Amino acid sequence: MRIGYYPGCSLHATSREFDESLRATAVALDVELAEIDDWSCCGATSGHATSHLLSVALPARNLALAEEQGMQEVLAPCAACYNRLASASHSLREDAGLEIKIKEILARPFANTVRVRNVMELYRSLIPQITEKSAGRLKGMKVACYYGCLLVRPPGVLAFDDAEQPTSMDEICRATGATSVDWNLKVECCGGAFSLSRTASVIRLGRAILEDARKAGAEALIVACPMCHSNLDFRQSAMTQSGETPMPVLFLSELVGMGLGLSARDMGMKRHFVNTGPIEKRATETAAQVAAEAAAKAAKAAETAAKATAQAGTAPAGKGVA
Amino acid sequence: MSTSGAHGHATAPATLAAELRGKTGQNPAECYQCGKCSAGCPMAVETLLRPHDVMRLIGGDRRETLLEGESIWLCLTCEACTARCPNGCDPARMIDALREMSVARAPRAVGAFHRSFLDQVKANGRMFEFGLVLEYKLRSGKLLNDVFSTPGMISRGLLKFVPSPIKGVADVRRIFAACEREAARDLHASGADGRDQ
Repeated sequence: MRIGYYPGCSLHATSREFDESLRATAVALDVELAEIDDWSCCGATSGHATSHLLSVALPARNLALAEEQGMQEVLAPCAACYNRLASASHSLREDAGLEIKIKEILARPFANTVRVRNVMELYRSLIPQITEKSAGRLKGMKVACYYGCLLVRPPGVLAFDDAEQPTSMDEICRATGATSVDWNLKVECCGGAFSLSRTASVIRLGRAILEDARKAGAEALIVACPMCHSNLDFRQSAMTQSGETPMPVLFLSELVGMGLGLSARDMGMKRHFVNTGPIEKRATETAAQVAAEAAAKAAKAAETAAKATAQAGTAPAGKGVA
Repeated sequence: MSTSGAHGHATAPATLAAELRGKTGQNPAECYQCGKCSAGCPMAVETLLRPHDVMRLIGGDRRETLLEGESIWLCLTCEACTARCPNGCDPARMIDALREMSVARAPRAVGAFHRSFLDQVKANGRMFEFGLVLEYKLRSGKLLNDVFSTPGMISRGLLKFVPSPIKGVADVRRIFAACEREAARDLHASGADGRDQ
């Protein structure tokens, strides 16, 4: 399987581990990621907060490049990029006047044919492969799937899952053997782009998310957005009180990678601020336990089979004697 | 925006509601003030004007209150309001349109963060995080914020110090210029720059 790839600015910088882990899982799952040559920024929040036209024109340049480069589908792992690319494509379909204007601004051929996919859609389509290759490696590990806002809203535009009770990330986590806990804040906002400009808001919102995940018994929080990750990982020390166990915040690609048995090193997990050592150790333990259970089961099956052949071997012989 | 409504009229739309309807294609009068949007708004406890207040003030033509105040800049665009409105209103889109109007009137209304972000994209075609943080600090005067976390960022290999502009950076700059021209034309057409029609 080959898919166009739009990493976006964050995956080349503060969320490098999202890019590294995604690429590592892609190799393991036989997916080829073809990066759009010379892609540019989608404009993110700053684009749409200041100019609707700019918020469509910047993503449109990338969609046009993907089209030029022969791509039908583009994977945008960053939730903000995904949201902007998909929203721009949607606005262009809905508003003919806007489409004319954008084509004029781009000054290159553009038919708006590329489909924008997020990382959950990609992994969801690979659940059978993930299940098979993981063989339940993370059985017993409890995770809270955090979708945030940009992956599921607005529902009219991003219609790949339910906007209030999405489940695709939970299904993917379960494919690795992990248990996804029920909790309340899976689609709450973490404060997104206010990380630098209004840090206090981000800390208030992040604290509530971490507390709820902790109450639900989660050992790790799973995200698919660089901003959620930086807010909840990088700023976590300001959100937790002394004595509370830190909550590792993993990109979905890192959890899938752990399920596939990839090394934490290859996935760039050393780049996190909250120590991922304990959750990596936990993954090693669950994998060992699952392997031991499988070995015991296999041994028992072999024993039963041996008994059966022994019986089958003796019975006809007995008959023969009689 | 001349894509719909406002285009073709010789005079500026009479009310803020009409102007926003022209810009967004949405009718703000459809809001019946149930407050469900504000119930789910993550910034409701911090902002003076919650989403349903914004919708109400649009109806009341309170242009100055909305465009001059801080509230429209406290929206995170998480779109919980839009997703949950029982009557199909889009407060998040309204707030974006109000921000755009506020910037058109007074470019300085854009906070230091958005300006720094867009400057980076204009300069390199991509957002260059180190440059963004540096520029934001200089603009906002918050020089010492997060200074102690910089070594952690460096040791984790998360900060690049030199931007690498894309090949098509001229392309991106042309897009910015075209959008700025369009905004200026809109402002002129709406008469909000103070000229008489």
